[in-house]
Amino acid sequence: MAVDKATIGHIAKLARIRIPEAQQEALTGEFNNILGWIEQLGELDTEGVEPMTSVVEVRPTLRADAVTDGDCRDQVLANAPEPAHGFYAVPKVVE
Amino acid sequence: MSLIQGETGEWEMVIGLEVHAQVIAESKLFSGAATAFGAEPNTQVSLVDAAMPGMLPVLNEKSVEQAVKTGLGLNAQINLSSVFERKNYFYPDLPQGYQISQYLQPIVGEGVVTLDLPDGSAKEVGIERLHLEQDAGKSLHDQHPSQTYIDLNRSGVTLMEIVSKPDMRSAEEVGAYLEKLRSILRYLGTCTSNMEEGSMRCDVNVSVRHPGEALGTRTETKNVNSIRFAKQAIEHEAKRQIALIEGGGAVVQETRLFDPNKGVTRAMRSKEEAHDYRYFPDPDLLPVVLDADWVAALKRDLPELPDAKKARFIADFGLNAYDAGVLVAEREIAEFFEAVVASGKGCDPKQAANWVTGAFFGALNRDGIEIAAAPVNAAKLGGLLELLDAGTISGRIAKDVFDAMWDSGKDAAAIVEEKGLKQISDTGAIEAIVDQVIADNPGQVEQFKSGNEKVLGWFVGQIMKASQGKANPGMVNQLLRKKLG
Repeated sequence: MAVDKATIGHIAKLARIRIPEAQQEALTGEFNNILGWIEQLGELDTEGVEPMTSVVEVRPTLRADAVTDGDCRDQVLANAPEPAHGFYAVPKVVE
Repeated sequence: MSLIQGETGEWEMVIGLEVHAQVIAESKLFSGAATAFGAEPNTQVSLVDAAMPGMLPVLNEKSVEQAVKTGLGLNAQINLSSVFERKNYFYPDLPQGYQISQYLQPIVGEGVVTLDLPDGSAKEVGIERLHLEQDAGKSLHDQHPSQTYIDLNRSGVTLMEIVSKPDMRSAEEVGAYLEKLRSILRYLGTCTSNMEEGSMRCDVNVSVRHPGEALGTRTETKNVNSIRFAKQAIEHEAKRQIALIEGGGAVVQETRLFDPNKGVTRAMRSKEEAHDYRYFPDPDLLPVVLDADWVAALKRDLPELPDAKKARFIADFGLNAYDAGVLVAEREIAEFFEAVVASGKGCDPKQAANWVTGAFFGALNRDGIEIAAAPVNAAKLGGLLELLDAGTISGRIAKDVFDAMWDSGKDAAAIVEEKGLKQISDTGAIEAIVDQVIADNPGQVEQFKSGNEKVLGWFVGQIMKASQGKANPGMVNQLLRKKLG
């Protein structure tokens, strides 16, 4: 698998990361190096091997259904550049 | 099936629904923040819900249980292993930049829902899957001229997305599907299904075709928040697509929005890359693994669901399908009805059904109150029916007694005693009234003798009036015929 410059532009746009035109060519090469390295895994025969999601066989820890958090609006909004009336305020986005 | 007549022949709608149902739980899917409706903005937000760096999601066991229960109620396959994935997109009310959802391995697989259609027939609609996901926050666009306000109280609340197969063919079927789904979820106690509070919303997928042809291109209308709007959106969208195709155009696969004020759908501003969600397994969350025994125990403890209850009401109580359907639609109503039958010793269940759906519902509607707040409870209504069936009071008097019970909250027996409303079933007493009325109306007697049968009804009315409604109508008829005949 290899990606071209157009794909790099597309991924950057989806990730909302601005990548100057001049850097895109270099980044395409780096991407392809990474993909090529990962692709070495394809040399192994993994037929019948279940995907491994964790190095130890554990089940997720579940939480009891109780209210133990929240009610900390000041903390939640502390880093918001422009809170208003207890809301986050952002430039108008409307369909 | 309902077809639409177009210029090029008859068209059939093909409809599938994605219903987002908010799970009943005290806390959120991955955080311990509260879920109660109507709180002050951003007061039910943890640092997890606000997606602060370093915060980790921990799964709520109740959310898992509710999803499995719902799956069982939809006769669906429960997947003992399921995986949470990240659905990536940017929007201000999604602080993580991705929604944690399930994609390739949902917790619930295929199932089936049976619809009760208005003409009395039944239709099965397939369920494709049910998966767990986080809700997003809420954007308020109308509070400021140039800003959108964001409230994250809803951010992270547990949703079940229930996806149907494209098995519906008319707006009526969609209405019946949503009603049935709502009924099942409420019986299970897994979702309040209150569309006004947004606890149940749906996305509607519609395409059209000539019957028998391959599927047409579909559109998806987002965030429809009432059954009525869903029906409107479908009718409008089908007509729009037919006009488009018959006018020589083609339907574009796109996401549309329903405008409830105008009753029309319109294309969302096109976001060319909007559908590239780049799902991948969430590395913060291990796969969910369920024990088969635990699932079996949940299944054993499921409440009786509307379909089973309806069948039982028909078999055990002799109700017709329509009455049984009305009574089981809401669990509360069904339980009320059964309590009435149980407390009205020897009362006829069909009569009880008529009283519940007639006088009782009528009074509830008139006063705009819920069953729990009704001044006549099930035991009291049962008591009234007991008096009626025992012949202690007549049907006409029973209606008056019911009204008096509603106004005073007293028992039927107390009211009957107090007002002296007991039915007169004493032959001697009724005979005396019958004789009096006959003696007072020789003209009408003549009419009857010359063959006018209708006068009989008039006599009955007069006698009932003379007895203040208390005479046993059966006995009055009998005696009257004997005396006049």
